[in-house]
Amino acid sequence: MNALSAFVVVLALAALAFVGGQVVILRPLFGVILPWAAILTLLLGLTHRVILWARAPVPFRIPTTSGQQKSLPWIKAGWLESPSSTPGVIARMALEVGLFRSLFRNTKAELREGPRLVFGEDKALWLAALLFHWSLLVIFLRHLRSFMEPVPAFVKALAALDGFFQVGAPVLYVTDIIIVLAVGYLLLRRLRNPQVRYISLFFDYFALFLLLGVVITGIFMRYVTRIDTVAVKQLALGLVTFAPTVPKEVGSLLFVHLFLLSALAACFPFSKLMHMGGIFLSPTRTLANTNRMKRHVNPWNSPVKVHTYEEWEEEFRDKITAAGLPLERE
Amino acid sequence: MAEQTPKPEQLLQIDYRPPAKDWRDPTVEFRKGVFCYSAAPKNLEYLGLPNPRKWQPYDEDWKLPPNWKQIILEGMRDRLQKFRSFRLFMDICVRCGACADKCHFYIGSGDPKNMPVLRAELLRSVYRRYFTLAGRLFPALAGARDLTLQVLKEWFYYFYQCTECRRCSVFCPYGIDTAEVSMIGRELLTLVGCNINWVLEPVANSYRTGNHLGIQPHGFKDSIEFAVDELAEITGVRVEAPINKKGAEVLLLVPSADYFGTPHYFTLLGTLMVLHEIGLDYTFSAFASEGGNFGLFTSHEMIKRINAKIYEEAKRLKVKWILGAECGHMWRVLHQYMDTMNGPADFLEEPVSPITGTRFENAKSTRTVHICEFTADLIHHRKLALDASRNDHWTVTFHDSCNPSRAMGLIEEPRYILKNVCNHFHEMPESTIREQTFCCGSGSGLGTDENFEMRMRGGFPRANAVKYVRDRFGVNLLACICAIDKATLPALLEYWVPGVEVAGVHELVGNALIMKGEKERGTDLRGEALTPKEELVHA
Repeated sequence: MNALSAFVVVLALAALAFVGGQVVILRPLFGVILPWAAILTLLLGLTHRVILWARAPVPFRIPTTSGQQKSLPWIKAGWLESPSSTPGVIARMALEVGLFRSLFRNTKAELREGPRLVFGEDKALWLAALLFHWSLLVIFLRHLRSFMEPVPAFVKALAALDGFFQVGAPVLYVTDIIIVLAVGYLLLRRLRNPQVRYISLFFDYFALFLLLGVVITGIFMRYVTRIDTVAVKQLALGLVTFAPTVPKEVGSLLFVHLFLLSALAACFPFSKLMHMGGIFLSPTRTLANTNRMKRHVNPWNSPVKVHTYEEWEEEFRDKITAAGLPLERE
Repeated sequence: MAEQTPKPEQLLQIDYRPPAKDWRDPTVEFRKGVFCYSAAPKNLEYLGLPNPRKWQPYDEDWKLPPNWKQIILEGMRDRLQKFRSFRLFMDICVRCGACADKCHFYIGSGDPKNMPVLRAELLRSVYRRYFTLAGRLFPALAGARDLTLQVLKEWFYYFYQCTECRRCSVFCPYGIDTAEVSMIGRELLTLVGCNINWVLEPVANSYRTGNHLGIQPHGFKDSIEFAVDELAEITGVRVEAPINKKGAEVLLLVPSADYFGTPHYFTLLGTLMVLHEIGLDYTFSAFASEGGNFGLFTSHEMIKRINAKIYEEAKRLKVKWILGAECGHMWRVLHQYMDTMNGPADFLEEPVSPITGTRFENAKSTRTVHICEFTADLIHHRKLALDASRNDHWTVTFHDSCNPSRAMGLIEEPRYILKNVCNHFHEMPESTIREQTFCCGSGSGLGTDENFEMRMRGGFPRANAVKYVRDRFGVNLLACICAIDKATLPALLEYWVPGVEVAGVHELVGNALIMKGEKERGTDLRGEALTPKEELVHA
């Protein structure tokens, strides 16, 4: 149900942009105003949310230790999985952010006759997630060539690398294929795995369908309708230089592409997509396991009511005496 | 209880397919065997906690204060500002489901709300409804729910069906820690007086007498003396076990079960033997007579209240540093909370082993050393004479307790000790040990009899791994370093894997330890006859 409604909504949004792209007076709306509004929402919302997080203190040092602590010198410490130094934490975080280290651990537990619990490797989610995110990053960077003049060398190099196989004209980008497959897998998994389907909310599907919409329209424009890249660049440069122009050569499909992307960007700060920022702040990963070496200070370490030794001695005075234990106050 | 519990072969007829009803429907059934009874009003009163009254979870009317909803929401707002972890974990979950089959309660119950992701969503849905724009504008689409009485009951049911073991947090790509979510969930429930007695009675006892069982100073002294007498009988050596001795070098901190429960008791015997043998100048405290801290299962404030006595006693007794015995959640507190909450411990000295000269650099701020670190160091420096063959009647495996493994990284020390004190040691499968270890299913205050069925379900993954090594290697003893493990694993193993017993690491050290002036050891610390060497040779 969530999946279907998300699909319908994305389809409706796409239709809206498609039609809007053909109505002359609406073209500035879909080509300029909505993208601007979306980016503004993204930037403000993202900043707001990160400030909220950053302002909340980390009262306790609570790393999840996934390896041996640093203790006795002759015991090999897990410098990466249970880091006791800043380089260790940085390396742990780099693996987390760049290679999804924790997700790589994923196993599958299966209950068989007996009862017998069996564990198997399960790297598909990790692989799909990793391929998706890296492709997305490469595609995002490739798009800079539309927004920058002259095109930076690294963007050109990246595009060349991405088109390494030199198949067809225009050259086929590997990331274009990978991202469709990866997002497709993530969507299918969400739909077909009964547990994941059970926990999925409208937005989980909505984000995936928006992404798919953006990707598919992009691919379609590049390989099928052969979009006018000069016109696109005019539009894109206009957006980033605050000198907007909507060339008449820009087709409706680009408006769909742009509008779905705008929707995704506008939702970003209000949704789970914020995991992009959150991963850098997660206290179970960003803190070193130096708990007993270095004191961690809690800014709100508020006073509490305690039961003191004096009160204890007073209450049990007779029994302490009878047991022959020393008293502080005779 | 036990007679109503289904037989092991019936218990896990689980259909993992989720039910037809949407998870946002909060209805729960408080069925006998799968929940814990409410805290007695006297315990709340003693601790000054809100809303003491007689009630039970299965009652229709929970006798909540009229403004309970406001109290909970204010409590959430407060904690969102105080804990980055909480705020972040409410915002960033993508519901990938990697955590689902990592939870022992989910594996053993098949209840989808025991998937860590959904356990947290129970709270997140309310967070979204009252604290986020998307949830306020589009509650249905954003997965937001109103806070209703049913939702509160559901929270109670599921936050007391999480043992705060952190296994899911090892696998979560964002490090979302359900223990953190459950801890906050329980704090919120505490604000309106919804606690369980198995947690609050030990807390109230600890607050008053210093230990969970409410043992008063004379009782404490008697128990320790009883242990000393029994040791003299087994070993022929009379050890010293000073209490409240000022100026001792070390304060020894043990969980109270060590002197009042079995098999914990044998661990205490082993500990006393080691400390005697090396001649450590130490003392017990009759007030800090408990290292365990069920405040961890109540609220952050309560952790601090219960833990204050430890540094206070260390200071009063003028010791140099603290030695903490085998206990899981006690060590989460000592390792991750104590210094921040009750420190700085500037009145203590950086711990140095007087026997080996080793400086415990890793404890130079809290000045609190784990006994496995201490003993491993002794063995490494060959300061203990050991005869591992005295443990030959045991084929041993090691169960990593949740907190020492995932909140400390104390993984190799106990293994090193075990490999030196017994000849037959076998690991359980990789997915069930070290940082991936499975909980006993009774941690965080859930180890009570009325919760027996849920404990057997939650403990199943652990027990099943034990079964694997029992059948394959003939393992008949599970060693561990947690008092809750020692209290609850015997029942779990009897249910799922009969024939495997439970022991502390220092019980096995005690068995193997050759003491100066000891008589020939006829029995192990449990009083079971040892097979004489000649007979083993003939057999």
